Amino acid sequence: MEKYYAESHEWVMALDENTVVVGISDYAQHALGDIVFLSNAEVGDTVTFGERFGDVESVKAVSEILSPVDGKVVEVNKDLEDTPELLNAKPLETWIIKVEGKIDPSKLMTEEDYLALDKDH
Amino acid sequence: MADYLSNTANQQEVMLKELGFKSLEDLYSNLPQDLILQRPLNLELGQSEFKVLDTLKELASKNKVYKTILRGAGVEHHYIPSVVKQLSNREEFVSAYTPYQSELSQGILQSIFEYQSSMCEITGMDVCNASVYDGATAAAEAIQMVIEKNKRKILVPKNIHPQVVHVMKTYTQWLNIEIVDVECKEGIVDIDDLKSKLNDQCAALFIQHPNYFGCLEDVQDLAQLTHSSGAKLVQYTNPMTLGYLKSPRANGVDIAIGEAQPLGISMSYGGPFLGFMSASADLVRRLPGRIAGQTVDENGKRAFALTLQAREQHIRREKASSSICSNQALMALTASMYLASVGPSGLKEVAEYSMRKAHYFANELVKLGFKLKYNSPFFHEFVTVGPIENSVIERTLDEINVLSGLGLSSHETLWCCTETTKKEDIDRVISRLKEVLS
Amino acid sequence: MSQLIFERSVPFRRAVRFDVCDVPEVGLDEKYVRQSKARLPEVSEVDIVRHYMELSRYSFGVDNGFYPLGSCTMKYNPKLNEFTASLEGFTSIHPDQSLSTVSGTLELMDNLSISLSEITGMDAFTLQPAAGAHGEFTGLLLIRAYHNARNDNKRTKVIVPDSSHGTNPASASMAGYTVVSVPSNEMGGVDVEALKAVLNDEIAALMLTNPNTLGLFDPNICEISKLVHDIGGLLYYDGANLNAIMGTARPGDMGFDVVHLNLHKTFSTPHGGGGPGSGPVGVKSCLVPYLPQGTLIKETYGYRYIDERDTLSIGRMRSYYGNFLVNVRAYTYILSLGSDGLKAASQNAVLNANYMMNALKDTFPVAYPQTCMHEFVVSLADLKKETGISAKDICKALLDYQMHPPTMYFPLIVHEALMIEPTETESKESMDYFIQVLKDLKQLAYDDPQKILNAPYTTPVKRVDDVQAARNPILKFQHK
Repeated sequence: MEKYYAESHEWVMALDENTVVVGISDYAQHALGDIVFLSNAEVGDTVTFGERFGDVESVKAVSEILSPVDGKVVEVNKDLEDTPELLNAKPLETWIIKVEGKIDPSKLMTEEDYLALDKDH
Repeated sequence: MADYLSNTANQQEVMLKELGFKSLEDLYSNLPQDLILQRPLNLELGQSEFKVLDTLKELASKNKVYKTILRGAGVEHHYIPSVVKQLSNREEFVSAYTPYQSELSQGILQSIFEYQSSMCEITGMDVCNASVYDGATAAAEAIQMVIEKNKRKILVPKNIHPQVVHVMKTYTQWLNIEIVDVECKEGIVDIDDLKSKLNDQCAALFIQHPNYFGCLEDVQDLAQLTHSSGAKLVQYTNPMTLGYLKSPRANGVDIAIGEAQPLGISMSYGGPFLGFMSASADLVRRLPGRIAGQTVDENGKRAFALTLQAREQHIRREKASSSICSNQALMALTASMYLASVGPSGLKEVAEYSMRKAHYFANELVKLGFKLKYNSPFFHEFVTVGPIENSVIERTLDEINVLSGLGLSSHETLWCCTETTKKEDIDRVISRLKEVLS
Repeated sequence: MSQLIFERSVPFRRAVRFDVCDVPEVGLDEKYVRQSKARLPEVSEVDIVRHYMELSRYSFGVDNGFYPLGSCTMKYNPKLNEFTASLEGFTSIHPDQSLSTVSGTLELMDNLSISLSEITGMDAFTLQPAAGAHGEFTGLLLIRAYHNARNDNKRTKVIVPDSSHGTNPASASMAGYTVVSVPSNEMGGVDVEALKAVLNDEIAALMLTNPNTLGLFDPNICEISKLVHDIGGLLYYDGANLNAIMGTARPGDMGFDVVHLNLHKTFSTPHGGGGPGSGPVGVKSCLVPYLPQGTLIKETYGYRYIDERDTLSIGRMRSYYGNFLVNVRAYTYILSLGSDGLKAASQNAVLNANYMMNALKDTFPVAYPQTCMHEFVVSLADLKKETGISAKDICKALLDYQMHPPTMYFPLIVHEALMIEPTETESKESMDYFIQVLKDLKQLAYDDPQKILNAPYTTPVKRVDDVQAARNPILKFQHK
């Protein structure tokens, strides 16, 4: 399945017709440094495109995670409670929330376009 | 004149020349010239150490230092051990900066860790920060620890130190947070009024225990009641009393804060003091201010570092819950040294003796015709309603070099005793008051 | 390293003992009483002395060595200040004593306020705030009260430069303001065109420090002041950098309406390992009605404190009147230096900074090539690119030379920044030594970078694992 990316460095991927998973990009985990804590949404929360649903914290920074999709949180990745460093190790394979919702490609970039961005400007 | 400059006029000239400047004034040639002061500052010229010390001594001598102090209300006269005074003055501690460079500052970091640990021991809590400005601002900061999007009411009984309540209201005045008064009965929280005000919009009940009037609250009952409404219980406390009284955590309190001046810090006319904030483990990321944590170095050796900095202003900026940067580090070190000096037995004695002296004094005042205002158990402070005006009491005792209790109204006085209050001084006060009453 | 004081504990050891209590026992209801003693350390007085002596050996203060921490003004802490602040007539006074018994203290506080007003060009001061950030919060509440009194309630935003210290936006948020960031120009000053674009009737204030966080005096300050005042906003001065200009220029003359000072920076009071500081706030007369409860004011009949009867006051910022003993130290300092000494102190702070900048400009690029004020910023971005050695690595290497490293990674607008502030009390010799060490380290970065990456060598612990500290927080001693 294809990943779509938001300008704010989150990715979203469809699991099936009604469910998507959300994570952060390799660039994001690299910029943060060693991630020490994730403050995640809760099951049942409503998420809105472009709005904060959680924070990811490193030793020297904290970053809001903005939702790349509208919908309702149906599952959160419990592994990240004890081992948030999974986001550093495997950012593209580690999902943060599972959402009942649909991707709107018009608001997002394809993986190719995202990787082509000059992120150091 | 002292200027504490090392470089002599000659050295300054050499440096100026090297830089291509003719004079010190030239260094400011980039400034808009109409901003440059064209006159000296309208202050006296610098003075010798000898003269300055003389001036300060003269000012200090104009203040009255009382031999016996019966006034408390959060600021108390306790015995400060000589070892505490001596060690807390060590230049390495006094002249050090915040220990951001961990490898160079293990001493300071360890002392912060020890302070946090000691405060957790007496409060029973899991975490404690490295200090905030004072007890009143600790209470204000604790509000931010408990509020949620749909829980923005804070319940505050009328028997909390009025200055603390004022600061809480000042801090929250623009933040869409409501401070709701709770009535008191016989000096302690009125349970019926509390029940009527607790609802699911309440983030927390704040209590002071022992409270402003010296009375003891039924903390466990308050904890049960508060929790059953989904709110948190925050206890403002004098940590000295925790040497004898049950710890906040044992009573079910979620956050324990307060003014720790009684732990080895002089009365100082109000500052610098020591605001402490401690909480249960689940609230650690909502604690403001610095926190020292234990870790290891690259060789696996135990080491300490400031940690969880992602809570703080230098990282969160406008998203931080608090702007606190400089804290009261040296006072925390002092408190930590005090707690080590008195130890568990000593702290119990300080608290217990303070309580016993207060009860002895209260009994003697009652014999004279004073009434205890509140029919509730008290600890080391109590309120009397006097047969004579408080102003008369104050004046009478001032004449025998005693600072009387704090006047709460024309005939009400808030008295405080500590382990330093001698029986003979209490007896002296009683006999003087007896004279006035007859 | 060493043991924790808890680890030195031996059951029944005690340091201080009290006399037997001379009044009867009291039976308090069991429900209030602790069942067992708190597990504080049980140590003897000798244990305590040896313990803290060891901790002091592993601490580093201005009294130990050079401390060129930019934006912190780590100048020498005069010992005279310690004597005056420990006079019994100052320390043993209860803050609720009636005013007639503390006339010396009131006079001191008044004189200090007057002196600070003169130094800064402001009309009145409150000595209450306990630190700079506390002063910022106070100042912002004053600003909000001012606009509120004029029913000018559209003003919900405060402008903060992107180069500012984190306390600025954090304090603005505490006052309920939304923070608007304005970019800095290449010399670290406010980008005036960008500022114009965000100024409107929703702006309550602009917060600034001058000299700015690159150590440069903003030449546009008068224009900026006019722009902000023209749209009805107020101008806030972060006094952290006042050490550059005492006796030469004054924020009050630049158009600032409210200032906070850091007595633990500019006025030589010690940092204490993180505090206590003191952050007095000075105001122009338009803000005087709103000053906080606990501020000392002088009326015709004598002194009193602002209290609940002063209904326009913003309220109370803390208990009592301020970090009084810290204020005593600052007052002692001001008397010692006087008008001439304060001016010379700032001039020499600027001289020393320029001396070092000039000596280092060929070693590391200076953020902006111009005569600096009391501090300057260099960038190690090129060094990092060419050798992999970062500003942090250089700082860790400096720890082996008995000097505290400069401030690193601040301001955020410069990559791999080192901010260097020698202060006026530093000697030419110690500055020369520091300069030489930096040059040597740069060379080492090219010759043998691994040597730097393995530093520090001589500190009691090697590089500390910050990640572990944050991931698995251990925040208190765990009893077995």
